[in-house]
Amino acid sequence: MKQAMLDLGPYLVLILVGFLPNEVWRLVGLLTARGLDEDAELVIWSRAAANAILAGVIAKLILFSTGELASIPLTVRLVAATCAFVAFMLMKRSVFAGVLAGEAALVVGGLIFAH
Amino acid sequence: MVAPRTFSSSLAAYVAGVRSAWTSVFMVVLAGTYIGMGALAHGVGLSSWWLAVSTILVWAAPAQLIMISALSLGGTLLEVAIAVTLSAMRLFPMVVALLPLVRTPQTRLRTMLLPTHFTSISMWVESLRLLPGIDRDFRVPFCNGLSSGYMGTAVVFGFAGYYLAAGLPPLLAGVLLFLTPLSFFLSTVRNSRTLIDVLALVFGFAVGPLFTYWHVDLDLLWTGLIGGTAAYIVHRIRRVAS
Repeated sequence: MKQAMLDLGPYLVLILVGFLPNEVWRLVGLLTARGLDEDAELVIWSRAAANAILAGVIAKLILFSTGELASIPLTVRLVAATCAFVAFMLMKRSVFAGVLAGEAALVVGGLIFAH
Repeated sequence: MVAPRTFSSSLAAYVAGVRSAWTSVFMVVLAGTYIGMGALAHGVGLSSWWLAVSTILVWAAPAQLIMISALSLGGTLLEVAIAVTLSAMRLFPMVVALLPLVRTPQTRLRTMLLPTHFTSISMWVESLRLLPGIDRDFRVPFCNGLSSGYMGTAVVFGFAGYYLAAGLPPLLAGVLLFLTPLSFFLSTVRNSRTLIDVLALVFGFAVGPLFTYWHVDLDLLWTGLIGGTAAYIVHRIRRVAS
């Protein structure tokens, strides 16, 4: 791969393996959404599918963490996410308050239990 | 029903969008994410400008992560392109759900190119929440402002992470990585006002980890297809029943 970066140039590689394969799905979405309004069945289904994918992404990031987050035990991550949710509900559904509480719990748990 | 917020000009709507970006929790999230991305790019020997251009052109953190790590691990160009395109499929339903909310019947296709390119998780979540409160004639500039605010933040903090790279203590790196799932979790919960939104999230939370645990290929796409369709079916049945 390093060779390809040298042969083709890093910016051409970026366009070929990053920009184009990523952007194509946005453009397919643009063409599909032509002429559809907010109440169209396909639009309602798409929103549900996108929300489910998002939930999958969130669950994956918390349960199957990678990188430095993986060194903090799963139990600590789950307790921290729960703290975030409780703070969010108590503080009139404030995302900011929830994130703050969750991160604080993660730091405390991480300092005690990290391996 | 409150009257939708309107503006004196497109520029005013754009500026209001930028301001919304900079006062939202995603500002912190993107800063954290791209500090990590910058550190990664530095670690594998890519240039900081290459990272900045990739943030602008690709504008999807998962795809950038895949691209950078796969390139550094020596994947072939085709392998990297396939991995990126598989991660990008989720953008399709997001764009289809978002664009009808952004445009007016008169809006041209080429005017929609920019909001289409800007579609990413943080922008999608915030647009779905904020756009219904904005006068429809000003949604495109507002949305572009919101997205440029986010993108600018990501580019700047990508540089910051690149030059801070070596100095991140592990616990701080863990805190940065935890920002993304936490903020996505709480903001999607906040955005879910209808039954179908709530069900899609619940089904996604339930099904997603099982697919990942069982090492099912394309786990996230199956989660979207099955979780989303299940939520949609319940929504249809309830609508017919009432």
